[in-house]
Amino acid sequence: MTPPFILEIAFVILILAIAVGTLVARAAFTAVLLFMIYGLLIAIAWVRLSAVDVALTEAAIGGGLTGMLLLGAVARLRESEGSGEEPGLPTLLAAGTLCVLVSAALGTLVLSRPEVAPSLAPMVMDNLAQSALGNPVAAVLFVFRAFDTLLEKVVLLLALIGVWSLAPDRAWGGVPGLRLYAEPSSILVFLAQLLPPIGIMIGIYMFWTGASYPGGAFQGGTVLAAMWLLVMIARLQPVPAISLRRIRLLLVVGPVIFVAIGLLGFVVADAFLAYPADYAKPLIITAEATLTLSIGVTLGLLVAGPPDRIPQP
Amino acid sequence: MANFLFGAAGFVLAMVALGLLCVLRGPSDTDRMLSAQLIGSGGVAVLLLVATVTENASIVDVALMLALLAVFAAVAFLRDASSAQIKPPNVADRA
Amino acid sequence: MTLTLNIFTIVAVSAGSFFFMAGTIGLLRFPDTMTRLHALTKVDNLGLGLIVFGLLPRAEGPLGALKLLCIWVFVQLSGAIVSQLVAQLARRDGQQR
Repeated sequence: MTPPFILEIAFVILILAIAVGTLVARAAFTAVLLFMIYGLLIAIAWVRLSAVDVALTEAAIGGGLTGMLLLGAVARLRESEGSGEEPGLPTLLAAGTLCVLVSAALGTLVLSRPEVAPSLAPMVMDNLAQSALGNPVAAVLFVFRAFDTLLEKVVLLLALIGVWSLAPDRAWGGVPGLRLYAEPSSILVFLAQLLPPIGIMIGIYMFWTGASYPGGAFQGGTVLAAMWLLVMIARLQPVPAISLRRIRLLLVVGPVIFVAIGLLGFVVADAFLAYPADYAKPLIITAEATLTLSIGVTLGLLVAGPPDRIPQP
Repeated sequence: MANFLFGAAGFVLAMVALGLLCVLRGPSDTDRMLSAQLIGSGGVAVLLLVATVTENASIVDVALMLALLAVFAAVAFLRDASSAQIKPPNVADRA
Repeated sequence: MTLTLNIFTIVAVSAGSFFFMAGTIGLLRFPDTMTRLHALTKVDNLGLGLIVFGLLPRAEGPLGALKLLCIWVFVQLSGAIVSQLVAQLARRDGQQR
């Protein structure tokens, strides 16, 4: 029972307490706030588990963007009328049984792990030198399993199209209904002018350092998205209509360049998404740079939500 | 020294946990926002302490990310706690 | 030399943790949003600041130390601005009641 162990037990209890608090909170605002705090503590837990890349992503997405997304959902729920009926006893029983079954299955799986977890990590570390990158996570993402990363980026775009499809017909292709400050005070405007340059620098730094240290395109892109949203909700920049050509261009430039580099692999290195030995790092950095930009715009638009009005000409 | 820094990190976490009581109690939403700010600063302190103990400089990056997103989240939450917020237009004819 | 630095770290981090405790107690016990804000800013300024100062001798090189200081300045700045926003909001809500 060394001090760090006691600390970890206490930390786990704290996380569980917050999770329970999120479920039993009365007001939706409190629940979203607790969920955000939960994400923050999970980020610290990831650090403790030596998964710094995941901690970065959790802090960025769980700490900021998901909170804002959920708040938007809460606001929309408040405005719409639900069916107003409480779930009946059979529904509650069915839901309870399902939860118990899933928890039991997960518990059995966790408790009956094999003694030595099967892992490809040693193989990754052995081949790391060949990938011209220093960060094993980046190597897995962009060299060993680059195809999966490409598909994930496409999935992000599909999610965005899914969100856009929620628009009413008359607002198709219009301006997302992101809720803005009614009258941004001068302090808010000051913050929205001061923070984005710092944030953009941090975002680019996160992407750049991802080649050798924890970081990467996704974390950098999330920071860029957060800064763009900040500028929009403080009314320093208008929310763009989603039919604008430059928005659509920014959305697809990342995946398109990635696919182009993959097809180039056919020509110079025998396989889709294979890199020629000397040019591996520049190609990967190019792909990551454009992906950072696209991810930033995609996440920003995801949080902004479906369009709900046509821009005034 | 390592035990001391771990102990300090644990102490700050305990303070953060206490601050959570304010989230549950706080009479208004702005008070709950304040405890979230406390947790943000506490999280940064804990991460910096852990980074120093484990001598892993990239954890300092996580602290930086946390600080940045905590500000962003505060602004996003204040948009809703403010009583004068813009409602998206045409909300009446949402069919 | 290292002994002095170690003592400096221990003293500074302890003082910083003390201010964290003071800020948390203030948050819980003060009666009003404005007073709670006051307690919070002590956490950002002095609590985190003293901890950062205590960790400076153990940072990785001058660049690492600079990063720690930048994080502290950033948290202070953002804390101050958010406090102003919260205070404006609290005052406006107070007037409307």
